[in-house]
Amino acid sequence: MTNKRDKARAKAKESGRVKFFGLTKLAPFLAPYRGMFSRMIICTILVGVFNTILPLFQQYAFNNFIEYSTLRGLGGFICLYLACLLVTMVLDYIASYDCCKLEMYVLRDMRRATFNHLQTLSVSYFNVNSVGRIHARVMSDTSNISSIISWDVYQGGWNITYIISSVVIMLALDPLLALCVIVIIPVVAIVSCYFQRRLTVLNRRVREINSRITGGFNEGITGVETSKTLAVESRLDGKFFADTNAMKREATRLGHHRALFYTIIGFASSVALALVLWYGGVITMEGVIKLGTLTVFMTYAQGVMSPVQWTVDAIADLITVKVNVERVTALLNTQSDVRDTPEVIEKYGDQFNPKKENWEPLSGDVEFRDVTFKYPDGDEYVLEHFNLTVPRGTNVAIVGETGAGKSTLVNLVCRFFEPTEGRVLIDGRDVRERSVNWLHSHIGYVLQTPHLFSGTVRENLLYGREDATQAQLDEAVKSVNADKIIARLPEGYDSQVGEGGNSLSTGEKQLLSFARAILADPAIFVLDEATSSIDTLTERLIQDAIEKLMRGRTSFIIAHRLSTIRSADIILVVQGGKIVERGRHEELLQKRGYYYELYIKQFREEQVKAGYER
Amino acid sequence: MRKYSAMKNKKTTYTGAGLLGLFLKGSRALFAVSILSSFVVTFLNVAIPQVISFTIDSVIDDAPPQGLFASFAALFGGTDYLGANMWLIAVIIASIALAMAVFQYCVTYFNHRANQTLMRRMRNLLFSHIQRLPLGWHVAHQTGDIIQRCTSDADAISNFISNQLVALFRIIIMVVLSLTLMFIMDVRLALIAAAFIPVLLGYSLVFYSHARKSFKKCDEEEGVLSTCAQENLTGVRVVRAFGRERYERDKFERQNVYYTGLWVRIEKFLAMYWTSNDLVAALQCMMLIVLGTVFCIDGAISPGDLVAFISYNTMLMGPVRQLGRIISNMSRAGVSIARIGEIINADEEELGTAEELHGDIEFKDVGFSYEEGKPVLSGVSFTVPQGTTLGVIGGTGSGKSTLMYLLDRLYPVTEGNIFIGGRSIGDISPATLRANIGFVLQEGYLFSGTIADNISIAAEGDVVRAARAACVDDNIRAFSSGYDTVVGERGVTLSGGQKQRVSIARTLIRRTPYFIFDDSLSAVDSQTDAAIRARLAREYGDATVILISHRITTVMHADNIIVMDGGRIVEQGTNEQLLKKNGIYRRIYDMQMSLPDDLKKEVGYDE
Repeated sequence: MTNKRDKARAKAKESGRVKFFGLTKLAPFLAPYRGMFSRMIICTILVGVFNTILPLFQQYAFNNFIEYSTLRGLGGFICLYLACLLVTMVLDYIASYDCCKLEMYVLRDMRRATFNHLQTLSVSYFNVNSVGRIHARVMSDTSNISSIISWDVYQGGWNITYIISSVVIMLALDPLLALCVIVIIPVVAIVSCYFQRRLTVLNRRVREINSRITGGFNEGITGVETSKTLAVESRLDGKFFADTNAMKREATRLGHHRALFYTIIGFASSVALALVLWYGGVITMEGVIKLGTLTVFMTYAQGVMSPVQWTVDAIADLITVKVNVERVTALLNTQSDVRDTPEVIEKYGDQFNPKKENWEPLSGDVEFRDVTFKYPDGDEYVLEHFNLTVPRGTNVAIVGETGAGKSTLVNLVCRFFEPTEGRVLIDGRDVRERSVNWLHSHIGYVLQTPHLFSGTVRENLLYGREDATQAQLDEAVKSVNADKIIARLPEGYDSQVGEGGNSLSTGEKQLLSFARAILADPAIFVLDEATSSIDTLTERLIQDAIEKLMRGRTSFIIAHRLSTIRSADIILVVQGGKIVERGRHEELLQKRGYYYELYIKQFREEQVKAGYER
Repeated sequence: MRKYSAMKNKKTTYTGAGLLGLFLKGSRALFAVSILSSFVVTFLNVAIPQVISFTIDSVIDDAPPQGLFASFAALFGGTDYLGANMWLIAVIIASIALAMAVFQYCVTYFNHRANQTLMRRMRNLLFSHIQRLPLGWHVAHQTGDIIQRCTSDADAISNFISNQLVALFRIIIMVVLSLTLMFIMDVRLALIAAAFIPVLLGYSLVFYSHARKSFKKCDEEEGVLSTCAQENLTGVRVVRAFGRERYERDKFERQNVYYTGLWVRIEKFLAMYWTSNDLVAALQCMMLIVLGTVFCIDGAISPGDLVAFISYNTMLMGPVRQLGRIISNMSRAGVSIARIGEIINADEEELGTAEELHGDIEFKDVGFSYEEGKPVLSGVSFTVPQGTTLGVIGGTGSGKSTLMYLLDRLYPVTEGNIFIGGRSIGDISPATLRANIGFVLQEGYLFSGTIADNISIAAEGDVVRAARAACVDDNIRAFSSGYDTVVGERGVTLSGGQKQRVSIARTLIRRTPYFIFDDSLSAVDSQTDAAIRARLAREYGDATVILISHRITTVMHADNIIVMDGGRIVEQGTNEQLLKKNGIYRRIYDMQMSLPDDLKKEVGYDE
């Protein structure tokens, strides 16, 4: 029972927090700028107060100078007026500059926090979440949050102050006349709330259609060859026009609501003005208030409605930003599946501050001891009580059809994942006894789709080893036959490779990523061989490079090329996620099993290609 | 469906203004309603201070009403009666406000509607036009860039017309009207008020034209930061594998800090600009109040006029302060118009109308080059008699696909000629060719929608039967939603082989007299390949078929086979004839069809 009550209480607490738009979660990001934040709020409040005071000067001018036809005290009046203006300006400058700074600093800190946190997450996180979505967490969610907690607070502070301050002044001047304005305020607030909600829904719908339209353009352009050959241009037109029609319909509806909304707010202001003129005119004639007071009421009547509307806008923003806050906090609260224990971090350091002085060298003995494994998002065991000893210098080839689950062993060796049961031993010790960073620094890894970073060739090569000398660079490049690529590039090592290395061909990227791996001089080498078609010459160069890389190193290769497979010391055959055969090439062929089938098939494929070579 | 016939086969080149005219067709009247309404709103808006001024001077005070107001007062039973019934004034104000509200609604609503009409027209025009631009144009342009033009630049144009131009109209009317009234009330005060306009305008123009460069720089730097994050995420395995998290952190940190610093520096100027701009406007207002008070005491203007004058000044200053920003943003639209003009001014293909087509296909000395001096085809001649099958075999870059692009008029024949049924294809419209030739591309594009939609996209018919003929029926049924499975960006991703077979199905369903399979069985295994060909022969036996492939098995049963190499036909004949020749075909055949002896020995193969 108590448990239940606790839960209920926790839930209530939770929902209480929701009322603060989940913004309490942002406290850690605001904390360093507490001073700036408070200063901004104080200044913007003061600006609001001064802004409501300014009309009083007009009142004074009417009630004293004009009323009594005198200019006595005009000098002092001007001085005070000027002083007020200057003070307002200074305060406003401080507030808006603080607001800008706050926005940018909080944005910077949130991006830093999310980005750095991502560096600690294991590869499994990236398998489950798409790059686009993670990227949006780091770049756009943070940007939304920071802009709203700065600008909406700044604006909101001003608006609320303006409303309160003008109401107070009006009440002080004449409570009954003030009522003429005050009664309209809740009406405006309610209307704003109503429309705000409608507009949010409509806006979302319009955005959805808009992304459909962009998708339509993309489809029309990317699929142009297909649409021409099928002669379906008019059909695609029809499909696209349906979207643009929907867009016109929905966006016009949005326009209708917006028009109605602004019109009503404007009209409400005018009604307040009319009321003021009516009752105010009567009491002015009766001599209860002076003309100047009447004019100042007219100013407030027209000025106070927009802040009411803007306040509602700001609240709506705060409600929508909740989603962004939740996404960012969810990311920051995600714990990596693969984590070093505090003891390990103590000794070996973490990924940002490695304690290299304590790092042992790695010689390359790998052993799977009674390993059972299932992927975190899967429900089937892909390895059960798996044992494999790979002495240093052994080449392991993993073969199987696309999607058969060939990466599993590689994922375990690289500690991208950890065994569900059992142990992976490196040099006789459980991988978990030493840091992830230590392991990774000793593994050379080349992907099926080579990934280069934008920047120069040199920067990309140095990724393998920061302190490599020019001679080492040259040697590495030459050993994998990439020297010709560098020679061909206009600025050699300092040529830009473009975003994702896209100014180079796939084969060139492949060779450069080999050079990068060789520079790292890893004890263990992991390669996911590419299946994509590469011209024969480059293919040969790559084959040669692979052989060089494998020599004298423990290697795990997800292999497609017959030459690579044939020369391996151990071949593991994967089918349906499981290892079905293992042994040397000749032994496996003798068996006439699945490997035999795969081998013949691959052989034929290579023959098809080879047939056209001269 | 609306026809955009004005665009078809046009040879007109649009200037910037011409382009705007083209886009504005159909929305001009709506924009006019919006602008006219905004004139009315402006007039009504300036009427309210007049009523207030009259009320202050003649109703509350007792100055005799003048001119128009005298008859106005008389209408309501004189100023004394109005004084006793102040609610009448309130009703007048509220009535004006109500009329203003109605017109204000029209301003916003019609502007929105006009803008949406404009946007729809612009998007539809662009889409239809791009669809019909020649393939060569598409190859020469980057997808991302074209999309950018169709979205961001189109938005910029719509923004220019519906926001900036309309606002400019409104502001000018407002300025003229309120300044006129101000001059009528008091020339000296009006001059002071007007003197500030060029100052504020100039200030904002100078500021925004400078700021724009900084904004652009900031955008670029944020782009760099974004790319940095993007690459880190896509390359996460590389980062982890090389243990370079720290390096990545530092790299991101540097750019993050740099970008932040850049913004903060600009924002300092921005904050300075805003507040100083506010101050100048406030000073102007102060001067008017002080001098207005002095003139009022002199008796030059009445208190009511002073109140009205201050109201007009407020109405005037708001728009004037926006003006600098609007004008400086307007120059951006020019760039966007030019970028869209480049697309619109490119010439469309002349598709013509689809007619029937039959007869033999004949290539006569056909040559072609995509780039000057780099021929991909030369002296290619062959004939495909109606109802027969031609096999084309050759390595990558041998010109096989280009042959078919020419046959479908995706590129124009520049050397030699191609005839179908004795007619030169230059005289056969592309529409006719494409309606009669079922061309299956190596990598056909699947459009977003269901699989059934995709198969029936080019012609209605028996979807399942077509899918069966393409040997993809079983695969489709294996999906939980079967034929209603959504493919494309938001749906399931099909494997290469499945995609190819869906492409085949949607071509087969058209039952065209000619079929081309451009290496379109490359991703399916040999057995499925054979099964598809068998179905084809059985169900579409009278069609003329061209099979392009790497695989000997795909082409070996064709009535005639050509072997391409380096853009030329090196061998031609039936399978038997070619085998006897002992040339390239024979060599390829041997390599693909039998396992060489060393492998036989290696695997212990026995046939």
